[in-house]
Amino acid sequence: MSRQPVAPEGGAMDHRGFHQGSFNSFQSSSSDEDLMDIPGTAMDFSMRDDVPPLDGEIEESRSYNGGGIGSSNRMMDFLEEPIPGVGTYDDFNTIDWVREKSRDRDRHREITNKSKESTWALIHSVSDAFSGWLLMLLIGLLSGSLAGLIDISAHWMTDLKEGICTLGIWFNHEHCCWNSNHVTFENRDKCPEWNSWSQLIISTNEGAFAYIVNYFMYVLWALLFAFLAVSLVKVFAPYACGSGIPEIKTILSGFIIRGYLGKWTLMIKTITLVLAVSSGLSLGKEGPLVHVACCCGNILCHCFNKYRKNEAKRREVLSAAAAAGVSVAFGAPIGGVLFSLEEVSYYFPLKTLWRSFFAALVAAFTLRSINPFGNSRLVLFYVEFHTPWHLFELVPFILLGIFGGLWGALFIRTNIAWCRKRKTTQLGKYPVVEVLVVTAITAILAFPNEYTRVSTSELISELFNDCGLLDSSKLCDYENRFNTSKAGELPDRPAGVGVYSAMWQLALTLILKIVITIFTFGMKIPSGLFIPSMAVGAIAGRLLGVGMEQLAYYHHDWAIFNSWCSQGADCITPGLYAMVGAAACLGGVTRMTVSLVVIMFELTGGLEYIVPLMAAAMTSKWVADALGREGIYDAHIRLNGYPFLEAKEEFAHKTLAMDVMKPRRNDPLLTVLTQDSMTVEDVETIISETTYSGFPVVVSRESQRLVGFVLRRDLIISIENARKKQDGVVSTSVIYFTEHSPPVPPYTPPTLKLRNILDLSPFTVTDLTPMEIVVDIFRKLGLRQCLVTHNGRLLGIITKKDVLKHIAQMANQDPDSILFN
Amino acid sequence: MLFVADPARPVTRGPRRKCGRRSPSRSPAGSWSRGLRLWRLLGLAAMATLWAGLLRLASMLSLSCLALSVLLLVQLSDAAKNSEDVRCKCICPPYKDNSGHIYNKNISQKDCDCLHVVDPMPVRGPDVEAYCLRCECKYEERSSVTIKVTIIIYLSILGLLLLYMVYLTLVEPILKRRLFGHSQLIQSDDDVGDHQPFANAHDVLARSRSRANVLNKVEYAQQRWKLQVQEQRKSVFDRHVVLS
Repeated sequence: MSRQPVAPEGGAMDHRGFHQGSFNSFQSSSSDEDLMDIPGTAMDFSMRDDVPPLDGEIEESRSYNGGGIGSSNRMMDFLEEPIPGVGTYDDFNTIDWVREKSRDRDRHREITNKSKESTWALIHSVSDAFSGWLLMLLIGLLSGSLAGLIDISAHWMTDLKEGICTLGIWFNHEHCCWNSNHVTFENRDKCPEWNSWSQLIISTNEGAFAYIVNYFMYVLWALLFAFLAVSLVKVFAPYACGSGIPEIKTILSGFIIRGYLGKWTLMIKTITLVLAVSSGLSLGKEGPLVHVACCCGNILCHCFNKYRKNEAKRREVLSAAAAAGVSVAFGAPIGGVLFSLEEVSYYFPLKTLWRSFFAALVAAFTLRSINPFGNSRLVLFYVEFHTPWHLFELVPFILLGIFGGLWGALFIRTNIAWCRKRKTTQLGKYPVVEVLVVTAITAILAFPNEYTRVSTSELISELFNDCGLLDSSKLCDYENRFNTSKAGELPDRPAGVGVYSAMWQLALTLILKIVITIFTFGMKIPSGLFIPSMAVGAIAGRLLGVGMEQLAYYHHDWAIFNSWCSQGADCITPGLYAMVGAAACLGGVTRMTVSLVVIMFELTGGLEYIVPLMAAAMTSKWVADALGREGIYDAHIRLNGYPFLEAKEEFAHKTLAMDVMKPRRNDPLLTVLTQDSMTVEDVETIISETTYSGFPVVVSRESQRLVGFVLRRDLIISIENARKKQDGVVSTSVIYFTEHSPPVPPYTPPTLKLRNILDLSPFTVTDLTPMEIVVDIFRKLGLRQCLVTHNGRLLGIITKKDVLKHIAQMANQDPDSILFN
Repeated sequence: MLFVADPARPVTRGPRRKCGRRSPSRSPAGSWSRGLRLWRLLGLAAMATLWAGLLRLASMLSLSCLALSVLLLVQLSDAAKNSEDVRCKCICPPYKDNSGHIYNKNISQKDCDCLHVVDPMPVRGPDVEAYCLRCECKYEERSSVTIKVTIIIYLSILGLLLLYMVYLTLVEPILKRRLFGHSQLIQSDDDVGDHQPFANAHDVLARSRSRANVLNKVEYAQQRWKLQVQEQRKSVFDRHVVLS
């Protein structure tokens, strides 16, 4: 609530929030008094029709119609309340962090000063301070609930491809057989309540015909789900497609994509994510969940004044929301916070860290209380084992790291090449057909192999699982030749027939996953990357783990084994290898290290596996970095040409600001406005002839001494507003940016005073400043533009886009690939 | 005092005191009624903003209510745990001449062990302990109400969206063609990419002052949303500038 007891007029204007510009508290109190000294104004005001006047009208009726009131500048500052729209940004523009932060500080200072004046103001200030935490609570609750919805529905829909529950249509396979007493030891996942499609259609479950019917239904459902997903995305919210993390990274760095975090995007992404996951495509829900959580954060920001109006503050909330998203995706609250810090966030102060922590905690708690999997865990593939590992095993772990790095580099390169093809050729014209074709191929190839038929999360959970005596899966089909007297610890055993056939199937699954994921990621449906990458790594890890286990069993007399792995000892856990492999592949693709290890460690709950995970993650990062510079998200950012200024890389070229600034040597002079000699018409001509998003204001064209900087959007809105609502402003009216406008001679059109939209403290550097410093300033302060001076005279301008182009040029990339500014 | 007399005066105003001090000093009789009118108006304006504030508060409250109700639902479904929602599942491997078996029983957590769940016990006497040692018992809870409600919510939202999609893509074009004829339909497609520098300002200003009735507002909002989606579709699917 923006109740600000400022002045009598406050009633009419307080929904406009705080005052823009640089006036501070002691001025505001004096301006209150000034207000009542204008009798003519009050009259003017009350004679208008009985709609509550907008502040714009108050302002103009005052400053332009009434004569002789321009005496006090402080009053002017106050009266010129922001016109609606001023101070906002256009779509596909970059925000000015410095401006936003100073606006927030002004606002905060004002509230703090007010809080001493009355109880209501005190309550207001307390609620304002508290609103950040309340917002976090709401984000956590909402994203946790949505994650629960997605988990439950996706699980159910995945099983819908195979059959249906007669007990109640809403039960998935597992819950259908939950209470059944007809489950046998041999066929643990079969119960009479669960009917496969062949059973329902041709009432038999045996034989070739039943298999064909099931096959057909599987493909049909997959195609239906994929078609619904892609058409919903296309009709309602095109921004809901993809993983969303590259865009969120860009948005958090200060870019504006209107509607990307809106209501429709949230709804469509939630709904279609379930469809996409259930269609059996090689994609995961983790990345899109981050997007969903960020949408929640953005939408909830609208309830709080503090965040609704300030883009920089809103980005702090979005950072925390991203943490909540990962927290529910992996059931890893701390991992989520670190993920937000390491991978997505651009500006991450300590306060945001605590808030992220709280949001992640609430989200995880909410999801836990929904209990989507019925196993009191937050993720399907939670594992818990505590068997120790030997130092020698670091060798295979590092091998897995190398594999992960290779996979990461291969995936990034091929996926980017494919996405570029989609972007530039005819392929991009047929998004629906593309999705359907990939789904059909995936479903047709996936059904015959039982490891590809199940959902990828289930596959991962099976691969992570450590075989016990009671496990019935093929992967655990070992020959039990040991003395049965000792229950509990299970020694290494020779592999049975089931394990060998499982190995073959897993190898085929690995190939399929590797190939199909490259074509799946980037299609026009919500698609995450974490799960497929983890699956690839988990399969490779499990294969290596079983290999090592058998090697140790048959050759326990080898020098490398005999010291620690005697016969009948349990020395190698294939599940651990699967986990390390998953971490390595995920690290190779995303180039995360710390957050990845923490996420994996929270998944397992075993502290003793931190070293293997660290070794694998680090190796995979080294290998992948050696083969390709950037992670998948950065690669996609570059592919799309988003204006993202990478904070991790050093700029090491010896160029100067004058080499980068516009205008270049042979270009026409810099377009500037003068502070007191241009008419409305002149400015409008400049606006319509150029496309720049801001103009420097100088004292005069001859001296070129800098006064300030004015944004195009603010200028357009202010002029339009003045022309509409203010009598007498015509094309020949002179625009003043000065503090005092000179007295208007009679019979000339009234002047237009625009000092309130002028940024009086633009950032400047001299023309000889090295570019490394300029790049650093842009990165650390989040600037949008910077003016270049020479001997105090304005010489040119450097925008973020110029900096990005320059960096691309220095790296021998195509500088025109950066599209927006 | 003038201000006390006015019923529409907002209750909490900080610097009101100052204004009150000032205004009598310049109050000849004429400005009385003027001031009264001014205050009425201000009162109205204050009411309007109060309403806006209340609305915002209400939306905030409703959101928190929503979240709370989700939690409550979960808690309730936990409380109303019917007998189907807990189980103790024991998996017993083959032992001697008994084949492996899975036992399922609705039983409280503290009773979840082999001795309570395996019934009838397949072995006798001293073998019971050996048999039970191999069994693995796990207590599990679920909430079938949550599952049911979630799936129903999900399917109904999906159904509504599909209906709306069918309406937007199939029914509406036909209706429009029948109502307005063919030419207008084509025209309306063209004026989307309007990049006039002042178009945006018009939009922003128009939005701030439109005082139309509810129906018009809904219509306007829907129109605006459609344009936005069209713009998004253009940039994602046709021009491939974002999200490719």
